[in-house]
Amino acid sequence: MKTYSATRRRFVQGLAAGGVLAATPAWLQAAVKGATALGSAPVLSGREIDLVIAETPVNFTGVTRMATTINGSIPAPTLRLREGDDVTIRVTNRLPVDTSIHWHGILLPYQMDGVPGISFKGIAPGETFVYRFKLQQSGTYWYHSHSAFQEMTGMYGALIIEPREEKHRADQDYVVELSDWTDEDPMRALSKLKVQSDVYNFNRSTFFDFTDDVSKMGLQAALEKRQMWNQMRMSPTDLADLSAATFTFLMNGTTPAGNWNGLFQRGDRVRLRFINAASNSFYDVRIPGLKLTVIQADGQDVEPVTVDEFRFGPGETYDIMVEPQDDAYTIFAQSMERSGYARGTLSVRQGLTAPVPEPDSPEWLTMKDMMGAMGGGAMGHDMMKMDSMGQTKMDHSQMSGGMAMDHSMHGMQQGSDNPLAKPSSTIRHARTEYGASVDQRVDTPSTNLDDPGIGLRNLSQRGLRPQGHRVLTLADLKSIDGVLDDRRPPARELELHLTGNMERYSWSFDGLEFGKSTPVSLRHNERVRIILQNDTMMTHPMHLHGMWSELETDQGELRVRRHTIPVQPAQRISFLTTPHDLGRWAWHCHLLFHMDAGMFREVVVS
Amino acid sequence: MKRILMKPLTNLVLAVSAFQASTALAQMDHSAMQMEASATTVDGRDPHAYSDGYTLTEGPYAQPGPRQLKLADEHAFWSVLADRLEYQKDNDSTVYDAQAWYGTTFNRFVIKAEGDISNGTLEESSTDLLWGHALNAYFDTQLGIRLDNYRDGKDRRWLAMGVQGLAPYWFELDVAAYVGEDGRTAFTAQAEYELLLTQKLILQPRAELNLYGKDDLDNGLGSGLSDLALGLRLRYEFNRQFAPYIGVEWTDTYGDTADYRRSAGRDTSDTQFVAGLRFWF
Repeated sequence: MKTYSATRRRFVQGLAAGGVLAATPAWLQAAVKGATALGSAPVLSGREIDLVIAETPVNFTGVTRMATTINGSIPAPTLRLREGDDVTIRVTNRLPVDTSIHWHGILLPYQMDGVPGISFKGIAPGETFVYRFKLQQSGTYWYHSHSAFQEMTGMYGALIIEPREEKHRADQDYVVELSDWTDEDPMRALSKLKVQSDVYNFNRSTFFDFTDDVSKMGLQAALEKRQMWNQMRMSPTDLADLSAATFTFLMNGTTPAGNWNGLFQRGDRVRLRFINAASNSFYDVRIPGLKLTVIQADGQDVEPVTVDEFRFGPGETYDIMVEPQDDAYTIFAQSMERSGYARGTLSVRQGLTAPVPEPDSPEWLTMKDMMGAMGGGAMGHDMMKMDSMGQTKMDHSQMSGGMAMDHSMHGMQQGSDNPLAKPSSTIRHARTEYGASVDQRVDTPSTNLDDPGIGLRNLSQRGLRPQGHRVLTLADLKSIDGVLDDRRPPARELELHLTGNMERYSWSFDGLEFGKSTPVSLRHNERVRIILQNDTMMTHPMHLHGMWSELETDQGELRVRRHTIPVQPAQRISFLTTPHDLGRWAWHCHLLFHMDAGMFREVVVS
Repeated sequence: MKRILMKPLTNLVLAVSAFQASTALAQMDHSAMQMEASATTVDGRDPHAYSDGYTLTEGPYAQPGPRQLKLADEHAFWSVLADRLEYQKDNDSTVYDAQAWYGTTFNRFVIKAEGDISNGTLEESSTDLLWGHALNAYFDTQLGIRLDNYRDGKDRRWLAMGVQGLAPYWFELDVAAYVGEDGRTAFTAQAEYELLLTQKLILQPRAELNLYGKDDLDNGLGSGLSDLALGLRLRYEFNRQFAPYIGVEWTDTYGDTADYRRSAGRDTSDTQFVAGLRFWF
């Protein structure tokens, strides 16, 4: 038993010195020449960059595995480029299989976007592909493979584009790249999910949870709490498909035991560029003792907003400014399903540590997560009596408040003659949602943006965080003036639903997996609204390549420019976009397994 | 005679419609509850309405040649599950009950194998070779053949049609009707439930019953309800894929089947303690 626990601990915490093992081979030394260390990834800058993709042995857990790496490091080198530059990036493939690099969030010609089969053919073994594009934007982005599961096995890195004029003065500037590592072959992991979709969930509801509830709330209430879930064959603890049962969570390629360390001097303004480069993990990030001022979302300036915690999914980035006064702080990033965490330390000297919080206990999804706005209403009536429902009620009132406010602002902003001034609230399920690929449809979606999501609701009230603890929500994000430069109202509106079948482990848009789908056709430079309704019980970080996704409220008020928008369970959101670049683009859930299972569409701009 | 013969089939039809009804019910409840709040749901949107007639291989900017990008929705997966591989002490026999499949999310080739090995020889076995197709979100229809082999009896071949899947309240169901030679018919139903005592300690109740359309003297099976088995197995999942278990299995026989057993000097009902392995990969 003792051996088992020791092994288990090493697996979750990782090896302190875990990471890439290989001595740098000669071909690589040439490629990484001139690199300087920042965090654990080397930094490359200039107008010409050489990247080499190869297999590299790594050891994060005590077991040696082959990773796919870029220039031999995990994460890949941080690229620091300059806004306005024309860059040439040569990518050489030394793998035995095809590879690719996608520049996540970057506007460029579609042939340079790096999605095999859509933008180009991919990069064959032994071949060098030359990416050439002009950097039209600035901010924090990232890059990763778009081939098979290579992103999951190590191919991700930060891409920072320095603006011509830096507005945000910082004394220290760190990339904090969160990811997840598994010793399993990703295809094997996916295939296990196909057989048993809760195979990595070790927080399933048990008989003794039931008896606990009976003693706390009585038999009837305990039965009622489970009735709907069991009847519908849905699991209230299905917060993530994968967990620490297979993952070791990494911060800048460093295990929790390894404890990535960023240094500062007292009084410094420290900029932290958080990138969620995980394959399948949402992270809830906080730095106990520090206020986090969000200055950019997905590389784009937002009106600064100060919070204590934020959640982000794969593909999203947040730039955070902090002003540490003490000697040491823990950067704590627990995974959404609460099975583990990535962790690092900000300190005045190397080797200092601060207390590391325990992960929260996993919470059951609520009826709101299953059915949206009505979750706390008529149907959840009986369940309102129970613990989790009090907060649903609260969300509901918060929502009405939010809507009323949006409404008045909307009145000021645009005339109400245009039927497209507001996103349609009529729910249009596709006919293909009535088949074996879809296990539920939502008819009363929530449309508010101010829900922090499951596990982050009312934390102070429940005594899980200090009083006044504020969690970032989408409603807090507003692009600064000038970012949202196309103020035209949308000329048309498209509606698509995010769908899935957990039992079969199938994910799709409108019930059609990628192989059965047809492209979404957009016209060059049109202003178009896209409504996404999430008919599943999971949050999907939706990433549209090649153009911005400009999030609006349910009252049609334009808010914030993103490249990846997380859509919560039973939520209906909408965004506007203007496709400036012709070509074919990918649009998908950035949870890698959801994407690969079919929640993927092509977009044609012509 | 004909009435008896038709009975199993009628049962199957009833069973299938009951599952569908219960599935529909679950969904109906769901939408009925929401009806009062939202009358603005419009069904039947065309999922290809935004395509302007383009496809993944045709239209502007499509990559030349056959489609290169294929995701897991077009990938064939496979799995083998040995649900019961157990030793029955009193019978001194080994029983296996396994299922394997190969295919995509919605279409699969399925093999089900059950059998009983005593004294190193296969006493009897039953093997289904089936084509499974998704019926709805939770159930597959299965069509194919079943081959029964008996050491001391006559082998039988059947056409098989069934339904397998997950019913509301998490019951795993497997129901099938069979049509054999000489107007033989048969019907089987199995149900399993997994009660999680902890994340790793799982109690699995299981029920199985068999009906036949007419007597099969050679194999000691009588028409009507032939036998019923109820089992309770407690397993410990060292990992999700590998779990040893102990349990108890009670079987009872009825009608002519019971009579045949009686006249052969065998017990008509039986309680066995079992120890076995459940694993999948």
